[in-house]
Amino acid sequence: MNPGSSNISETPSARILRRFRADPIARIAVMIIILFALLAGGTALLSQFGHHWPFDPNLTNLEQKLLPPSPQHWLGTDNLGRDVLSRMLHGSSISLTVGLIAVFVSLAIGMVVGALAGYLGGITDQVLMRSVDALLCFPTFFLMLTAVALLGPSLINIVVVIGLVSWTGTARLVRGEFLTLRESEYVKSARVLGQNAWTIITRHILPNAAAPILVTAVLGIPEAILSEAGLSFLGFGVQPPQATWGNIIADGKTYLLDAWWLILFPGLAILIASLSFYLAGDALREAAESRG
Amino acid sequence: MTSFLIRRLALSVVLLFIISIISFFIVTMTPGSPYPWGELNPKISAEVKANFRKKFHLDRPLHEQYTLMMKDLFTGDLRSIKDDRPVMGKIMERLPATLALNITAILISLSFGTLLGVYAARNAGRWQDMAGSFVAFLFIALPGFWVSYLVAIVLVKGFGVPILGTHSYGIVFPNGFAAGLDTLWHLLIPASILAIGGIASQSRYLRATMIGTLREDYIRTARAKGLAEETVLYKHALRNSIRPLVTGIGMLLPALISGSVIIESIFAYPGMGRLFYEAVLERDYPTIVALNFIGAALILLGNLLSDLLYAAVDPRVRLE
Repeated sequence: MNPGSSNISETPSARILRRFRADPIARIAVMIIILFALLAGGTALLSQFGHHWPFDPNLTNLEQKLLPPSPQHWLGTDNLGRDVLSRMLHGSSISLTVGLIAVFVSLAIGMVVGALAGYLGGITDQVLMRSVDALLCFPTFFLMLTAVALLGPSLINIVVVIGLVSWTGTARLVRGEFLTLRESEYVKSARVLGQNAWTIITRHILPNAAAPILVTAVLGIPEAILSEAGLSFLGFGVQPPQATWGNIIADGKTYLLDAWWLILFPGLAILIASLSFYLAGDALREAAESRG
Repeated sequence: MTSFLIRRLALSVVLLFIISIISFFIVTMTPGSPYPWGELNPKISAEVKANFRKKFHLDRPLHEQYTLMMKDLFTGDLRSIKDDRPVMGKIMERLPATLALNITAILISLSFGTLLGVYAARNAGRWQDMAGSFVAFLFIALPGFWVSYLVAIVLVKGFGVPILGTHSYGIVFPNGFAAGLDTLWHLLIPASILAIGGIASQSRYLRATMIGTLREDYIRTARAKGLAEETVLYKHALRNSIRPLVTGIGMLLPALISGSVIIESIFAYPGMGRLFYEAVLERDYPTIVALNFIGAALILLGNLLSDLLYAAVDPRVRLE
């Protein structure tokens, strides 16, 4: 079938998927994301069996410290002689995990708050939305840094804190969708038929709000990745010796003027991964918004 | 207008109250001790510890600690646990640098964001528009600390130009003008890096508004009477798409104040962001709470200013 044409019997999700797949930028972005996921997954799987490729990320070798990229160490070595490529591969699973789980946390909170505010309205709506306003005028990074620094930096704390400060956008969006859909004919008829609130929300409202929610979720992943990188960089990310893209740069900053490869490559990984998620999310938004 | 201001101020007070409670409880409920000498230091006698606890009200129940901290914050008696200096004094010392950095960053975001947004809107749907949105996402995805280091490598290693602090050290300038240029340079580098994300969001927002404006009848009229395209775009269309430019101030501030934590730390820029980072490292509770409070107050003020400015520049808007 011609990817540009539409079909009357086509379901909305099939239409969105078709338009998404017709977008060349979206294809490239998704391929890059899959590549990152495979590399991260493969590295994690290999290390489960005690194998490392190309090297053990924590193997120090002071005779080979601060070596520039070479055929042996493709992306060079750090101040302890550890292979940068190996450390980046191990760091990629941290970044992707943080991105996915933090978004999951923020979606869960945002959807519950937004649904309650939008469906119940009245005083509940007022209280919840004023709290959202309060969080929005918080300098978010101050809040994250305060919480992570004082709770102690660990993977679980970072994920929860990033999720806890980033749900406001989702809550506003879900509330807006609920306010519109609550007045729609099919929700009214479901109510007249005597269906309870839970069924109406889960069966009739949420599926119709799924596309914009999915878009905010995808766009939330790179934000979480960037937040984690920033926290890692300040020394409040996942702790060494576990490598993350952010803490490779943080460790490398001491050797800034001598070892550019410690800065350049992990940063490129952060940039390419988050850019791919942004572009994929934007393509998904366009596919969901456009008609035809 | 007056009733608008009163309601906004009342809402701001409520929001600041919520914010102060959240930050106070994050700080006090988390494990760890605020003692500058460490929890289990054997050289510190019980008496000194008791005096310290009494001085910073740590011996009181939590709700009293909160009220005392807020009272001290407003009377200016709040003292840093770390160096016993008044917290407000420490913040006021840093405030001018932070304001200079953030205002410069806002100006850079607005001007370059406008250029990019107008460019994308006038070419809507064409490859230039796609390229513009790619650049915007590229800018959003750039980690600020990484860009800072790349810039540092290029400028310091490649050209030997100093970039840290607010001015070059150890150089005597022939006149005030040269010294001023030096200070401006030290401001522009971190401000530009801080503004990268703002340029992107500003351009996206303006593009969307501008595409709508360009469909209006008065734009068709302006083109029909043979006005130059630049005049149509920048005089007729941009003036009617001014909203993103004005509300941008309020929207950009939270991200900028957040971003300044990292950028100020890297560039050794003596602003609030770096003070905050130092306070977090030292577990200086009063300073952390005060900075969260002042940061949020700045954001609320920015939002209010942008609303007022919006009503001032667009006569169609009434504040009620």
